Amino acid sequence: MKESNEELVGLLEKMLVIREFETTVQKHFAEGEIPGFVHLYLGEEAVGVGACSALKEEDYITSTHRGHGHLLARGGDIKKTMAEIFGKATGYNKGKGGSMHIADVSLGILGANGIVGAGLPIAAGSGISAQILGKESVTICFFGDGASNRGTFHEAINLASVWNLPVVFVCENNMYGISMPQYRADGRKGQNIKDVSDRAVAYGISGVTVDGNDVMAVREAVIEAVKKARANGGPSLVECKTYRWRGHFEGDPTVYRPDEELEQWKKKDPIDRFVKVLKDQEILDDEGYKELRDKVKGQIDEALQFVQDSPEPDVSEVTTDVYYGGAE
Amino acid sequence: MKKLSYAEALRLAMEEEMNRDSSVFVMGEDVGVFGGCFGVTGDLVEKFGEDRVRDTPITETAIVGSAVGAAMTGSRPVAEIMFAGFLGVAMDEIFNQAAKMCYMTGGQAHVPMVLRIPDGAGIGAAAQHSERTEAWVTHVPGLKVVYPSNPADAKGLLKAAIRDEDPVMFFEHKILYNHVGDVPEEDDYIVPLGKGEIKREGSDVTIVATGIEVSHALEAAEQLAEEGIDVEVIDPRTLVPLDIDMIMKSVEKTGKLLIASEETKRGSFASEIAAEVAEGGLFYLEQPIKRVCAPDAPVPFSSVLEQAYLPNPKKIADAVREMF
Repeated sequence: MKESNEELVGLLEKMLVIREFETTVQKHFAEGEIPGFVHLYLGEEAVGVGACSALKEEDYITSTHRGHGHLLARGGDIKKTMAEIFGKATGYNKGKGGSMHIADVSLGILGANGIVGAGLPIAAGSGISAQILGKESVTICFFGDGASNRGTFHEAINLASVWNLPVVFVCENNMYGISMPQYRADGRKGQNIKDVSDRAVAYGISGVTVDGNDVMAVREAVIEAVKKARANGGPSLVECKTYRWRGHFEGDPTVYRPDEELEQWKKKDPIDRFVKVLKDQEILDDEGYKELRDKVKGQIDEALQFVQDSPEPDVSEVTTDVYYGGAE
Repeated sequence: MKKLSYAEALRLAMEEEMNRDSSVFVMGEDVGVFGGCFGVTGDLVEKFGEDRVRDTPITETAIVGSAVGAAMTGSRPVAEIMFAGFLGVAMDEIFNQAAKMCYMTGGQAHVPMVLRIPDGAGIGAAAQHSERTEAWVTHVPGLKVVYPSNPADAKGLLKAAIRDEDPVMFFEHKILYNHVGDVPEEDDYIVPLGKGEIKREGSDVTIVATGIEVSHALEAAEQLAEEGIDVEVIDPRTLVPLDIDMIMKSVEKTGKLLIASEETKRGSFASEIAAEVAEGGLFYLEQPIKRVCAPDAPVPFSSVLEQAYLPNPKKIADAVREMF
């Protein structure tokens, strides 16, 4: 597939939005302005952006506790996203969900989810709807290496396989489930296989592992899987190897991993790498890159201003939305 | 009217709703060619095919979790969990996903799914296949909870549940499956959620009962009538939302309340009804509220033990006599 220059720069812009957004959230969380927990997507931008770029408007995604990046990659409104994280009435979820539950359902986002691995069966269900309603929609299910040890992983992928559901299971293997390494040759590990994608064979589906810090590699693998799913070829597992730059949550001292490991992964920064590709191909120059960064910075500043201008939720909202269309 | 069993009435409700709305589908373990563990889905697979009557592997977590996802994307799943005792396997999907999705998304998403849950003791199925679990889910905001006591209500309530926009936990007592009664034949026969029914009018004492206990309470009421005690039997039919007004009016009239439930007593929904009346209707009461429940023990296997464990018309009648 040959992308236009505009599309390629668009991928970079989305990654920059996530980078700037998350860096801003990090700062304001540290200053105590954001309640609860935040799990940042810094370093993993290429996975969400590459994967979502393979989708059409009528498609769906399920997201995770680390979901800001998925929402922004899917085209979420930066202001409403920021406002939700700050708990404002103008946020996507009216301040009722926060960082872990942030979603724009109109964009086909079936919730971010605070329960690791909960999105997999939900994604399978979205695949069932495509069959029941005769839709051509495909669902991408984002989950992490940690989730791949949960029973939901087994049950949902098995069901998707036996029913040939149009779902692409995208594993963001960021190497750690909180403090537990996904795999190490010796010592503590969450599973005794190097690649999560090895598990695909047990369900009779195809599985691949790609460089999750290469946005084009992710995009190509997911386009292939989405194409197959849309053509009634069933589900696939795409494992994207990446690394979270920050701890599991903000405030995590990351005592469980060596500092050198982070430095090594920062050398594989998905944004720097893609900028180099675009420059080498003369699609982007220094000036163009600066303009792009300024534009993104402006959007994040606007979002912060929007948060400042936004009201807190009205306390009457405590009991609304428990049931559809209002209180019990 | 047509004479149907409770199981047949449930099947008819599903069939009518599947004919009416092509987004309605059924899934669960052995609901297809096998016809359902208790024969409730019967021949639906022959009528609607394997796409709309989906036999799942043994996978309760994925049954409920995928029902949530299907419901969020425009379908109306009617999923079956074979025994209430298996609910624990899928509890995250029930209380964290189905129940909270609407609220967590600020009302953007909703989950119009039905979970059919056969429950209750009396067939020697022992501790993991006989329990009553409605209190586990009535406690969770965001779920609606239904418990029909006869074939007509079974049809009307299941149709209402399928048409409802929220997740509905639909309990069916196994002993009731073979109970036969008059069932309205109209396609649009609906029993609205949240509306109880006075199954027997009386003036001396109120018995609130659901599911199998409604027939037990009615039988007890007949015995007591011969002794000059006039019993009113109220079946809330849905536990959430609860028709508390109907219960309160009855207690205001009779001044006495007994709640009959096969649940183990501690933390039961029977306790919730007692708390509601104690809070909102204490001064209607002439004496303390009584609960006739199962003891706080797992359901035993031996028939002798199981019968000793279960509430029955005699235990209900004896408890009522103590109130006079």
